[in-house]
Amino acid sequence: MMKNITLGQFMPGDSVIHKLDPRCKLGLTLAYIIGVFLVKGVAGYLITAALVVFVARLARIPIKYLARGLKPLKWIVIFTAVLNLFMTGGEDVLVRVWKITITMTGLRNAFFFTFRLAFLVLGTSVLTLTTSPIVLTDALERIMSPLKVVRFPAHEIAMMMTIALRFIPTLTEEAQKILNAQSARGADFESGSIFRRAKAMVPLLVPLFVSAFRRAGDLAMAMEARCYHGGEGRTRLRVLKYSRYDLYAVAVMAAYIVLVVLEGVLL
Amino acid sequence: MSIKLEKLTYTYMPGSPFAATAVRDVSFEIGDGEFFALIGHTGSGKTTIAMHLNALLKPVSGRVLVDGTDINEKGVSRREVRRKVGMVFQYPEYQLFEETVNRDVAFGPKNLGLSEAECTERVSEALARVKLSQAEIGERSPLELSGGQMRRVAIAGVLAMRPSTLVLDEPAAGLDPAGRRDMLELVSTLHKEGTTIVMVSHSMEDVANYATHIAVLEHGALALEGAPREVFAHGARLAKIGLDVPVTVRIADMLREKGYAPPEGVCRMEELRGWLLEHLERGTGLK
Repeated sequence: MMKNITLGQFMPGDSVIHKLDPRCKLGLTLAYIIGVFLVKGVAGYLITAALVVFVARLARIPIKYLARGLKPLKWIVIFTAVLNLFMTGGEDVLVRVWKITITMTGLRNAFFFTFRLAFLVLGTSVLTLTTSPIVLTDALERIMSPLKVVRFPAHEIAMMMTIALRFIPTLTEEAQKILNAQSARGADFESGSIFRRAKAMVPLLVPLFVSAFRRAGDLAMAMEARCYHGGEGRTRLRVLKYSRYDLYAVAVMAAYIVLVVLEGVLL
Repeated sequence: MSIKLEKLTYTYMPGSPFAATAVRDVSFEIGDGEFFALIGHTGSGKTTIAMHLNALLKPVSGRVLVDGTDINEKGVSRREVRRKVGMVFQYPEYQLFEETVNRDVAFGPKNLGLSEAECTERVSEALARVKLSQAEIGERSPLELSGGQMRRVAIAGVLAMRPSTLVLDEPAAGLDPAGRRDMLELVSTLHKEGTTIVMVSHSMEDVANYATHIAVLEHGALALEGAPREVFAHGARLAKIGLDVPVTVRIADMLREKGYAPPEGVCRMEELRGWLLEHLERGTGLK
């Protein structure tokens, strides 16, 4: 059911990119997103592509596999590209058939939008592919921790995210199992009207909820048993530390931003 | 009705870095009326094979023939295949969802499009076959029952479809010793009543007393196959796979070493016990 989804999946490894500090990676990804939005022309996208390929190579992610993450976005991309292509007004008309006009601006917009979206997804997939969700929430907790001063529950929120992420595969697997079991009893999840299909979900959802609650109860008990009492006074087994690689990464990203900005100014 | 696997191969998530071949080139035949045991370690591919038997998984290559028809061919009704080959998953109690036991058991027959009267009749029959009292629990919520009862209800839910073959994945998992024995006795009774049984298990002990045919899997490939006495004769090979021969076979072997002559190929507890009682008292049985 959930097969072949590259987007958001973690690929364990021990490359330089994997080893970067997650806080640094989060920040750099943010910088990258800004960079992609700053791109003004084809040259900028070439630079972006070079960066993505370079980072993917370092992280030892096959480019093909990375590109597969674009598949689920196919329809959004096509839809927005078409919308941009036909709905942009302007004087520089290229083609006019009946009431449909295609302007040069529209063509440019469609082109830019498609590439912008694609590069945003590719770049951010590198983050999720090389950073385990647990480490990522860890980083988020650290980033949010100054907010504790104003009683913002940074630790609790990070813990909730960690647990939620941790249980996604478990519940997916469980859902698949129940789906199989009910299919074996002749349940039909695929045909019929929307109303019928919604009703057909009951035999899937009820056991799934029952088991989710059971798991939640078990987990709470297990955490209690190990004296979990929230974030106060809690120390870490692995303390996040910056290394010189983080410095290199920041330098590379800074170079990228500078290049993109220069491209916008010069060309 | 017979089920035949021909060079079955299955890969999970093919084409991704997570691709894993769970079953490789497995062929065997499950004859009518057999108690067929599929044995192997965790991860040996037994559950994956079981899920092919009623078209829940489609082989990457190879064929699954039920009554001579390839069940993955176009135009073959999967519903019909699933009616013929019932499947009880591991921990089936977690799939119960209806408000009452009666309605949960009726889920399968209803999906077959049977009439209300026919469904009611099948529910009563199925609950009786798993030795549950319909009067007592029929109108109760399945979630209120004990673990063993819930499992029986789940099995009844599959039996209500009147399958001619029943596939059970570790039916005794997680039960206490008494519950285990009861469950295996129940499966054995279903077998004697004429249902072909395919039981997936990692325990030789469980299958030794009941199976008529055993297939041993190792890393997704067929390692040994045959009647229990043939399979248990390969003690060394089994040990290498990490599976034990049943205690009956080990006792018989020890007796042989000491110069006694227990029946050849004995593996059922009853059989060995009978022989021992007969000879121990009289002090006979030596070669």
